[in-house]
Amino acid sequence: MAEIRNYTMNFGPQHPAAHGVLRLVLEMDGEVVQKADPHIGLLHRGTEKLAESKPYNQSIPYMDRLDYVSMMCNEHGYVLAIEKLLGVDVPLRAQYIRVMFDEITRLLNHLMWLGTHALDVGAMTVFLYCFREREDLMDVYEAVSGARMHAAYYRPGGVYRDLPDQMSQYKTSKWHNDKQVRTMNQARGGSLLDFIEDFAQRFPACIDDYETLLTDNRIWKQRTVGIGVVSPERAKALGFTGPMLRGSGIEWDLRRKQPYEVYDQLDFDIPLGVNGDCYDRYLVRVEEMRQSTGIIRQCIDWLRVNPGPVISNDHKVTPPSRGEMKEDMESLIHHFKLFTEGYSVPAGEAYAAIEHPKGEFGVYLVSDGSNKPYRMKIRAPGFAHLAAMDEMVKGHMLSDVVAVIGTMDVVFGEIDR
Amino acid sequence: MLELVTARLQGKLIDAEVNRVGEVTVELSPEQLIEVATLLRDDAALAFDQLIDIAGVDYAEYGSEQLPLKLAAVYHLLSLQHNWRIRLRVFAPEPLPLIESVCDVWPAASWFEREAFDLFGIIFNGHPDLRRILTDYGFIGHPFRKDFPLVGHVEMFYDVDLGRVVYRPVDLENRVTVPRVIRQDNRYESAGE
Repeated sequence: MAEIRNYTMNFGPQHPAAHGVLRLVLEMDGEVVQKADPHIGLLHRGTEKLAESKPYNQSIPYMDRLDYVSMMCNEHGYVLAIEKLLGVDVPLRAQYIRVMFDEITRLLNHLMWLGTHALDVGAMTVFLYCFREREDLMDVYEAVSGARMHAAYYRPGGVYRDLPDQMSQYKTSKWHNDKQVRTMNQARGGSLLDFIEDFAQRFPACIDDYETLLTDNRIWKQRTVGIGVVSPERAKALGFTGPMLRGSGIEWDLRRKQPYEVYDQLDFDIPLGVNGDCYDRYLVRVEEMRQSTGIIRQCIDWLRVNPGPVISNDHKVTPPSRGEMKEDMESLIHHFKLFTEGYSVPAGEAYAAIEHPKGEFGVYLVSDGSNKPYRMKIRAPGFAHLAAMDEMVKGHMLSDVVAVIGTMDVVFGEIDR
Repeated sequence: MLELVTARLQGKLIDAEVNRVGEVTVELSPEQLIEVATLLRDDAALAFDQLIDIAGVDYAEYGSEQLPLKLAAVYHLLSLQHNWRIRLRVFAPEPLPLIESVCDVWPAASWFEREAFDLFGIIFNGHPDLRRILTDYGFIGHPFRKDFPLVGHVEMFYDVDLGRVVYRPVDLENRVTVPRVIRQDNRYESAGE
């Protein structure tokens, strides 16, 4: 009789379902996976080492490029760690703006995740719908920071500038005539807050649309129910955080348990899964989108009636205004020192963690009192999740590997750093 | 919580403190690591059931120090039950930086230890599969050590004659645009370390 042997298969690094540059070496018995060995690091840029070589503020744009689908949340983790070491106070309005943009970022991330996960598993339409809504949120990013993705908007001590009073508008071009432009600009007549509010009004109906396409879809359920099951005990032992942990039924959300900024004053629910499979994690994330929309609405209501400063006036850390700088000698010195040398952070170490869309995103900063971090370590949620790949796909079919990669919501910017 | 930790781990710690920003930090010797880690996980009053992170740190140039190498592994633990965190610091012995692996205590440690091995060269004794993880196949050196230059030692380019990608010594110079300075700030004196 012929000898039957396992064979090794190479998945990626250039595979549309690998979500970037994942190389998976799979040991297969027929179509059943016996062992999965993810090879990562193909996108390793040494962000942590680069951060050690430049002043604190110059590393903020690197943070955007970590998890490049949830940009502002990465910045948030980083500035929180600096603020913890410096002890600067953040104005309340800046805290609300940060929370609002964290939740907008969560929507951006979950929309990207939902679209690509569904695409991997075989549902093309969801992808198109998700990207339609993402476009609006990208415009919000652009309105506030000038960049659609890599915003670099957060600063230690607040955010770079206040929300604009005017939303940018489309102009007539050879692709869009006057009539089309009028409909496209319908929601853009007022301020940025008006635009976000309009979005928050119509977005729940969009989520209903996605759910109509997926939640009771027979194919979707066949591909996700009972796939990649993780028990609560294993989820804890494997270092899962965020939706991966909640999908297994453990109630843990840093926004609730270790509240930062103003999350303790906002009203939202923490969705939980029951079975710990891909389908439950899908439900958890979809419900999180609904909750995020609610948080955004609460932030809008508060921001409308409470104007004020959005960045701390401790000019050792934040730059003085342009006008002040021209008039006042001390401000000029502050400005010059800040942009040539940066600020020195007192010696010590701090770990700041936030509830990133993917899980716990933490930044561990060690300072020796100089103007550059002595050591910065980024705790990327996806890193711990991908480490569990072998355990999650063992015994599953090859096609389920794609579903498991999708459910982990891996992004290589943060895993490889 | 500090009292609780020091009481439970009597005599096993080198140092324990709550630092300036209110985080509990414990320093221990490499020999005690496994024992302490198991205790921290299993003791119901402590219940650190999650390993959040392992960070390698090279303290060789900390402050005004100029040492050849001073490696440490820093563990961040989280207790879901009690909602608290702790940080463990283990300085690796010299000249061979060998630390026991905590993979058996927290399975999540596996990749974090591989990362610390790859970037700092800390060897984790008892790790089932201690390979490089982030750097290239066949990479030489440990890039996050302080004596490793930021621009690296080699660069990759495509050799037309050979028809393949080859490595050659890097020809970038290491430029420092903003020098590193340590400033005394009186505002932090009272809280200083």
